[in-house]
Amino acid sequence: MINASDYDFFVRFLKQKSGLQLSDDKHYLLESRLMPLLRKFDVPDFSKLAAMLRDGSSTIIAAAVVEAMTTNETLFFRDKAPFEDFTRTMLPALSAARPPGHRLRIWCAAASSGQEPYSLAILLLENPGLVGRREVEILGTDLSNDVLDRARAGRYNQFEVQRGMGVQMLMKYFTKVGDSWEVKEQVRKMVQFRKFNLLEPFSGMGTFDIVFCRNVLIYFDPPTKTDILARIARVLAPDGYLVLGAAETVIGVGEAFKPLPQHRCTYVPCAASMERRPSPFGIKV
Amino acid sequence: MKTCLVVDDSGVVRKIARRILERLGFLVEEAVNGQNALESCDRAMPDVILLDWEMPVVSGIEFLRLLRAREGGTVPKVIFCTSLNDMSHIAEALEAGADEYIMKPFDDEILHEKLEAVGLAEKDLL
Ligand SMILES: C[S@@+](CC[C@H](N)C(=O)[O-])C[C@H]1O[C@@H](n2cnc3c(N)ncnc32)[C@H](O)[C@@H]1O
Repeated sequence: MINASDYDFFVRFLKQKSGLQLSDDKHYLLESRLMPLLRKFDVPDFSKLAAMLRDGSSTIIAAAVVEAMTTNETLFFRDKAPFEDFTRTMLPALSAARPPGHRLRIWCAAASSGQEPYSLAILLLENPGLVGRREVEILGTDLSNDVLDRARAGRYNQFEVQRGMGVQMLMKYFTKVGDSWEVKEQVRKMVQFRKFNLLEPFSGMGTFDIVFCRNVLIYFDPPTKTDILARIARVLAPDGYLVLGAAETVIGVGEAFKPLPQHRCTYVPCAASMERRPSPFGIKV
Repeated sequence: MKTCLVVDDSGVVRKIARRILERLGFLVEEAVNGQNALESCDRAMPDVILLDWEMPVVSGIEFLRLLRAREGGTVPKVIFCTSLNDMSHIAEALEAGADEYIMKPFDDEILHEKLEAVGLAEKDLL
């Protein structure tokens, strides 16, 4: 249904707007994701939709096309290991390295519907001694307004809250509202959400101690990955940490980061020569 | 071999649970209500019990209280698996000694995760 020249156009458009790399054989995916938009915006066919994007007549439709092509799947405590690292390695080392009044800044750079930053907030509440009296700022950003709205609402269905999270934690940090489970205010107020496209400059973001950038680089081509990692390195403290998805790696994508030995998913800036402290014991994850 | 007792009055649920559990390497016993389950536990305590709430004769919560009061009855991990999904029921179950709680409908991933949460399944087995 999408002709070859329109397909090429959509591929270039998406790459430019969100970094998404679509191979030549994703016609079905493109059609099935964009079909609902034809109905929603009353556009007769894909050619007309492509034409509207070409002449830039509607930024709303352009944003909707970009969002429709994103994959937003996420879950609480996804892959577990990074969250263990967070409490066992990252926070103790950063607390030891930072003066007591220092505010720790954490960035979830593809936060989707909020499960990842809320998991971090819950861990901070579960382990109050870890950061002492330091303030912690958790910033969740994403390209998609849809998921950001859901993240801010902090409401999840029964299925979402059962994956990755134990029932004790659910009862402690959520309340049931109708058929949904809502993150309690004490958790929600720890996380700020903001729209942000990773292709845009990171100026004005400040410096972070920890960056979670998980399961988003996989959609990008190698130069885009390399570029984003290099720019993350510039907003990350020299002794800070980068966390990628379980299926992602920094190997072959620039020189900015190297794996932290024995820690799946956790990376440190290559330039860093600071000594990192070993994990203390007895910390709840 | 790890053992699991599936307590549910629905044959369909027992069959689905059995299929998932066997794939995870469990030896599966079945019981159709709490009374039946107690008899099974008196013969041999399983490692874990997957427990429905609403059942004839002896309900899931009654069974759990009786089990926990029995000799050796604190050993099995108990995972509720019920369509009662409000906070008061969950709190009551935890109070009575449940270790985990599945709100139906469930799938193999959720069951696997809950088994993992009670220490009876390895990660990434499915
Ligand atoms: C699969 S989710 C990952 C969520 C979470 N980090 C996790 O690992 O569970 C990927 C998210 O990246 C977002 N995304 C895609 N391209 C982006 C871009 N260029 N800038 C910011 N976010 C983007 C999507 O909207 C989606 O919510």
